[in-house]
Amino acid sequence: MFAARHWREIPRRYRMEAGKCTTCGKVFFPSRLICDACKNKEFETVTLPDEGEILTYTVIRTPPSGFEDEAPYAVGIVKLGDVQLLTQIVDCEFDKLAVGGKVRVEFRRIQESGKSGILCYGYKCVPA
Amino acid sequence: MRDVAVIGVGINKWGELWDKSLRDVFVEPALKAIDDAGVDHIDAMYVGCMSSGLFVAQEHLSSLLTDYLGMGPIPCCRVESACASGGLAFRQAYIDVASGANDIVLAGGVEKMTDVDGGGATYALATAADQEYEAFNGVTFPGLYALMATAHMHKYGTTREQLAHVAVKNHANGVLNPEAQFPMEVTVEQVLNSVLVADPLRLLDCSPITDGAAAVILCPLDMAKKIAKNGAAKIVASGHSTDTIAFHSRKDLTEIASTQRAAEKAYKMAGVGPNDIDFAEVHDCFTIAEICVTEALGFFEKGHGGKAAEAGETARDGKMPINPSGGLKSKGHPVGATGIAQIHEVVQQLRGNAGKRQLKNPKRGLAQNMGGSGGSSLVHILEAI
Repeated sequence: MFAARHWREIPRRYRMEAGKCTTCGKVFFPSRLICDACKNKEFETVTLPDEGEILTYTVIRTPPSGFEDEAPYAVGIVKLGDVQLLTQIVDCEFDKLAVGGKVRVEFRRIQESGKSGILCYGYKCVPA
Repeated sequence: MRDVAVIGVGINKWGELWDKSLRDVFVEPALKAIDDAGVDHIDAMYVGCMSSGLFVAQEHLSSLLTDYLGMGPIPCCRVESACASGGLAFRQAYIDVASGANDIVLAGGVEKMTDVDGGGATYALATAADQEYEAFNGVTFPGLYALMATAHMHKYGTTREQLAHVAVKNHANGVLNPEAQFPMEVTVEQVLNSVLVADPLRLLDCSPITDGAAAVILCPLDMAKKIAKNGAAKIVASGHSTDTIAFHSRKDLTEIASTQRAAEKAYKMAGVGPNDIDFAEVHDCFTIAEICVTEALGFFEKGHGGKAAEAGETARDGKMPINPSGGLKSKGHPVGATGIAQIHEVVQQLRGNAGKRQLKNPKRGLAQNMGGSGGSSLVHILEAI
């Protein structure tokens, strides 16, 4: 992954920063330039809560390139406060995954950019 | 807006076409469509292609394909909406003819997917998802639809066997389609014992990687009645809608809302409802997709799509035949071509030209094509004339 492309996402990937619409309060992750609900263009930076629950999940058995060494691994859609996001669910037993299960966000390595490229870190969830 | 009809269709045998380049894959069915229509020229072309840049490192298809079809210098527009690129090309061609800008227009779709290896194809397809917030975290397209399946099973009690019935039915239909990539029957047991790709989806829940193309010819309805060589079908509705690119941003993870909205627009335009449709070609990129789509189109209540598939209601002899062509599952899924191939099937059925898989005298057919995990959808309704 080209370094600048990962670098510009660091506020989201390292610090879980979201944007909250200053007019209607809708929270976006990542933040954006216009609110789809009220069309306001101003946002304040808020940090997502670090605990939430699983809305749905799967176990990836056939991974995309770059993730071969990790498969099989679980991926879920997790609700953190007002936001839903997709994340890996790690340090878990697959048969204990459940809709409604509680998880906690941790800072983990996500992927690397080839043998000589940068390491890309970000968020993954673990059972809470 | 003028009334518009389809007067010609063409498709080639789909599969791993090692001996054919992208340009040849496209030109063959395009020539068939022109011949089927009986026209001596076309005024313009719209071609759906998702990612020729990543699959064969070739962009600028508008120039390449008009040139090799022998139609230069007519105007051509390549359109992209991930796996809905074909459906979008058809809509743009429809609007072009309806507006009066052009009379005889070709709508085509093409994808040449096997010049890259499996990893390269997975990478190219993943560009239809949110690169920074989905693909970055290691999810694949089977993974996204698996998340939809888990949610649907949890909310509605849809079973693993019900998913399998979609694949079994579509393969049974595909056996009758000479253009299908995998025209062989599969059993529920074979689906349930195939290798896991992303729980709960297994290999036989997934549509394949395919080289293929399809083309159709549109013209004003008045002209169609005079010139159509092999019959025509009238386009009575075109609905189009979008949704968030990230699947995780959707309010209901069991719904394909873009299809529901596109269908509502199409039903309104045609002045009909789901009960007035005789059969449909839908986007079964994964078995769960067909279940969610048949619910979004209003053929079955929310949560009942799996039960309907299991009960045989979607079979060729059921009350709502779905994917008589074999669908993406059996026919193949060259992503940019799929939406046009659906129109091909609907027109052939309405003209009574569908061969061994011909349904009994259908009057009105629907085609539903979607991109990504449902970030874009197109719904078209056609009628026999």
